[in-house]
Amino acid sequence: MVLLTPVVLATATGMRVRAKPHLYACTHLANSASLLLPVSNLTNLLAFTASGLTFAGFAGLMALPWLAVVGTEYLLFRRFFADDLAAAAHRAPAVEPVRAPRFALVVLGATLAGFALAEPLGVHPAWVAAGGALVLAARRLARRPLDEAGRLVRAANLPFCAFVFGLGVVVLAVRSGGVGDLVGRLVPDRGGPLGLLAVAVLAAVLANVVNNLPATLMLTPLVAHSPGLVLAVLLGVNVGPNLTYVGSLATLLWRQILHARDHPPAAGDFLRLGALTVPACLLAGVAALWLGLRVSGTT
Amino acid sequence: MKIVVWVTEGGWEACVDAARELAGGQVVLLHVVDTGTVEVVAGARAGLLGRAMPAGGPAVEAALGAAQAALLDAAEARLGRPAERIGRRGRVEREVVAACGDAGLLVLARDGDHLRLGPRSLGPATRFVLDHAPCRVLLVWPDEPPDLDTLPPPPPDRP
Repeated sequence: MVLLTPVVLATATGMRVRAKPHLYACTHLANSASLLLPVSNLTNLLAFTASGLTFAGFAGLMALPWLAVVGTEYLLFRRFFADDLAAAAHRAPAVEPVRAPRFALVVLGATLAGFALAEPLGVHPAWVAAGGALVLAARRLARRPLDEAGRLVRAANLPFCAFVFGLGVVVLAVRSGGVGDLVGRLVPDRGGPLGLLAVAVLAAVLANVVNNLPATLMLTPLVAHSPGLVLAVLLGVNVGPNLTYVGSLATLLWRQILHARDHPPAAGDFLRLGALTVPACLLAGVAALWLGLRVSGTT
Repeated sequence: MKIVVWVTEGGWEACVDAARELAGGQVVLLHVVDTGTVEVVAGARAGLLGRAMPAGGPAVEAALGAAQAALLDAAEARLGRPAERIGRRGRVEREVVAACGDAGLLVLARDGDHLRLGPRSLGPATRFVLDHAPCRVLLVWPDEPPDLDTLPPPPPDRP
């Protein structure tokens, strides 16, 4: 979402096609298409250790649900935005080709491969990620040390790390109270098809009531006994946010969106799109997950 | 007479061409940036609770603004004579109707299914503008009109 939105926007406007369906796709897929790898989304990273799966094992089990969800989104988007997409596209003005950032892409590819390869040797993925980041940072620092050091520190977004840490403490407090008991009673013990669906739906609802980060922190310990249920939680918290405007009804957010502007946002389209895609994606994703678990013999 | 040409991403060439063939009149090229889209992107970034870098909404607005200017440039060049340019932002269909208050004619293109004759050839925004336009309207196909044989058959009870 962070990287892709500007690229998609530039491509759509450059080709003189309507940007709307493509930007909506960016916002949706930032959530729902982030199922594949433990590093695809912070939610996955938070639940990865609890799942007890290896990096490759996680990706293997999530590949099928990921394809099912992305495919469902694609089909429903084609339908929902049929008018916008059917509008005739004309010859676009020529764009000068840009050279791909080869160095960054190679390091990125090597880091991803490193995740899967280093784990059987007992190297935690965090070290591989740190290695990749160091290589990328070193090259920039070598060019202009002072400027780049400042930008790297800002990019590391340390306040956000503190925020997630604080969030973990708050959620722990909430979980040990009555709310935790209530949610705990709703979580099924076993990962049959209905159990998986129930957990995914619960996670999706929670992700919309609070936000998907707290929802993940809240649910993961309750399902840690079953890798299948952990993955079902991730399906819910990653697909669910597309249901309401932004996956969070947090007052802060609505204040920012509704009152900082002089007119209400076009939330109608987003909500209708969410109502169309989220249930379908959850069903398709859970079915695919169940199939994958059955085939691999994981519970 | 003031002729408003609604410049859209899909059908602007056909509209400009139609306006060029009209004799006389003062041409106004109008394009509207849909702010709803900008807000969805900004809202989705806010939902990431700081996982994204700040300043997403303004960047999207700037990009759409630049695209608007480029599209109006291209439209003016295609028109081949000086024209007034209006770039608005807001709800597209309402901005277009509002911009036609003192117009004598609005030129707009169908923006839906362009392969078959029928109501699906109009998207919701275009249909709203057609229904509410306060002036005469010239509705063009964005490319070659579909063949007559794409006309759906009459309903069976009314031969």
